[in-house]
Amino acid sequence: MPRLSGVDIPNDKRVVISLTYIYGIGDDASRRILAATNVNPDVRAKDLTEDELKKIAQEIEQNHTVEGALRRQVQGNVQRLKDIGCWRGLRHRKGLPLRGQRTKTNARTRKGKAKTVAGKKSIKAMR
Amino acid sequence: MGRSVKKGPYVDLKLLKKVMAQKESGDRMPIKTWARRCTIVPEFVGHTFEVHNGKIYPKVFVVEDMVGHKLGEFSPTRVFRGHTGRKK
Repeated sequence: MPRLSGVDIPNDKRVVISLTYIYGIGDDASRRILAATNVNPDVRAKDLTEDELKKIAQEIEQNHTVEGALRRQVQGNVQRLKDIGCWRGLRHRKGLPLRGQRTKTNARTRKGKAKTVAGKKSIKAMR
Repeated sequence: MGRSVKKGPYVDLKLLKKVMAQKESGDRMPIKTWARRCTIVPEFVGHTFEVHNGKIYPKVFVVEDMVGHKLGEFSPTRVFRGHTGRKK
């Protein structure tokens, strides 16, 4: 299996798809990388030549932030919001949504799995 | 949605004038303000504001990282005191 950008080992799917297994590369970035390197997006990742792999690796290296570096960048942005104590930073600290969504119900992506509260009235009981 | 680039950032003119006056005189008294929607511009760095949140005026000391945010982002309007019946 080919190895790109450190730990990533995309499998025997088409290259466009397998590149998206790298953190920081989605459909669009993947397509642009292949266009920039003149690699046929339809070949299977395992069938890539050494030369093509090298070109792709170089392209990612030069023009894209991926994996660890990208994660650090995102983390840094969040940390900055927390440090200056702005509204979004406070929401990050509390693990609540940042953009004014309702939190009475839903918001489970940020809040995590529902924690049952003893004595809380069910929706049925409120009617 | 963001604001049109053509217009530039919204800055409360009266507030900016007060900051400039402070820069001239060199004092660093907190400026009481209601202009929560005012963007923080580089000129504000190092000054202290008291930003109204509907009730009180929390002190906001502007550092460089805050540039580009609005003053209101640093003065929360709600106080969450926890849910009822939740044991400490």
